[in-house]
Amino acid sequence: MGSSIERLSLGRLERYSRGLRGFWRSYSRNRPAVMGLAILFLLTATAVLTDLLDPYNPFGIYPSEVLLPPSFSHPFGTDDLGRDILKLVMFGSKTSLLVGFSAVFIASSIGIIVGALSGYYGGRVEDILMRLTDMLLIIPNFFLILLIVALFGSSLRNVVLVIGFMTWPGTARLLRSTFLSLREQEFVQAARVVGASHLRIIFRHLLPNGIYPVIVNSSLQVGSAILTEAGLSFLGLGDPSLVSWGRMLSIAQMYVRRAWWMAAFPGAAIFITVMAFNLIGDGLNDALNPRLRER
Amino acid sequence: MSMRRYILRRIPQLIPLCIFAIVINFTLMHLAPGSPIDYLVGGGEVVPKEYIEKLTREFGLDKPLHEQLLIYILNVFSGNLGTSYRYRTPVLQVILERVPNTLLLMTTSIMFAFVLGIFLGVSSSKRPYSLVDNLASTISVLGYSIPTFWLGMLLIIVFSVYLRWLPTMGMSTIGAQLEGWEAVIDTLRHLILPATTLGTTYLALYTRLTRASMLEELRKDYITTAWGKGLDDRAVYYRHAFRNAMLPVTTVLGLNLGLMLTGATLTETVFSWPGIGRLVYDSIITRDYPVLMGIFIIVSITVVLANFIVDILYAILDPRVRYK
Repeated sequence: MGSSIERLSLGRLERYSRGLRGFWRSYSRNRPAVMGLAILFLLTATAVLTDLLDPYNPFGIYPSEVLLPPSFSHPFGTDDLGRDILKLVMFGSKTSLLVGFSAVFIASSIGIIVGALSGYYGGRVEDILMRLTDMLLIIPNFFLILLIVALFGSSLRNVVLVIGFMTWPGTARLLRSTFLSLREQEFVQAARVVGASHLRIIFRHLLPNGIYPVIVNSSLQVGSAILTEAGLSFLGLGDPSLVSWGRMLSIAQMYVRRAWWMAAFPGAAIFITVMAFNLIGDGLNDALNPRLRER
Repeated sequence: MSMRRYILRRIPQLIPLCIFAIVINFTLMHLAPGSPIDYLVGGGEVVPKEYIEKLTREFGLDKPLHEQLLIYILNVFSGNLGTSYRYRTPVLQVILERVPNTLLLMTTSIMFAFVLGIFLGVSSSKRPYSLVDNLASTISVLGYSIPTFWLGMLLIIVFSVYLRWLPTMGMSTIGAQLEGWEAVIDTLRHLILPATTLGTTYLALYTRLTRASMLEELRKDYITTAWGKGLDDRAVYYRHAFRNAMLPVTTVLGLNLGLMLTGATLTETVFSWPGIGRLVYDSIITRDYPVLMGIFIIVSITVVLANFIVDILYAILDPRVRYK
């Protein structure tokens, strides 16, 4: 008896923290996923702190230190302008994370809206939205992004917007299919009977239940947005006013015979970052997917 | 439904997709800074007035927008994609010249990835969580996250610069007058590194997919029956499970063509492989926009067609699809 009264009086915050604890318990069982999260923390800390701790000019020229191999004072060596590669890689983390997170934020928002509307309302709305989604899904994404950035200029803002606006269809499809199965379930019908509005049903009942696959997918998408940005920069379509790992690799190409370290370290940074997001995605999938959890 | 009717019914669905790609191109051409003429001949150069007039007439640039769009679509369908600013030849020709080289690179990589990926996938599905399986999973996680262009550069550093086993760039040794078998071997030597680079992502993908798909099949009743009949390993794994497990793997092969072309672009750039991908890079650097837009259209239409072919293939492999 006492326990049921206790349960009723649980505050929302406490219920929330219990949920989080349960989530963490199943997430932390996946060791690679924990490693991915650790890498992400490290990267974020680097991106935030680089500016504050180290007054280094990433656009300076240091003629006496050109193309030095890795050493004690320059652990990652120096580049063709004598800049310290370790510091450049640290600066680059900011660009990558910024592009990754903001592009995916845009893409997920559009994807959630389109997916929710077409999954919930069905009919005409669904037909039109899904046709657009399918078309965008089939058009080779990278080439379209590349073309738009080439035509409209490769500022950071453009790159983020274009990646964001071109990569939402996957999310939309995913959420739509979850909504299609959820909307027939009893708790939704119950909500409808009680007289809940469409918006309330979508946001309070369907979305909290159907958002997990989207979260998993978004985590993977951050990785691929970072790869896309790196690829664009590598092809000469990066923001020239920023340090970017892809651009560093692009320049490193010219020195591949003389300075392996110029290619090795920025590329490793991309690799590790993308892998971190993939591992986190896998971990989230295991922890959030109720069907897998029961096993 | 017969196969032919199935195909005939699917063909009309192709056209809107192709037109969609063309409309995107058209819209970009008009929205981007500068005039559409710049994107048909490439900007930054003095173009003879007569030629501009000819183009204006050809693409109806003095007509209202909707007519322009129609003319543009008709032009594209008849192969007129404008003129390359850099090569001074029709865009279509510039692109088509590069197609065989890209095809050579892509088919080699796909074969490498497909064969090895299936082998690794099947081996690891035989003993899940064994040493082989863990090795295969590690390869697929690593292969899936590695940036193609970085892998290419690493291979160059190790195998060309330090070991000096293989050439760094291009498709053939410059200046060497090789004939017959020597020329073939020379090309193959140039092919090894780029094909490995491009194939690695797909190796990861096929390994993962084959494993998952095999595990799913192996759980089914007919496999239990097959074991019960006393069939040996080979028969059960390859003649029974494998054939059914290949269905999703084949589909992904076609569906990933767009991704594969992205990989090819980056790989060809690293290795200066004279294909469409390298052409993308060169066109960005020289601002040869007509070529860039032409590539987008050609690539889009190719991907649409590939998806169509995959659908058909799927219907042939799995008759159930046709009756939906």
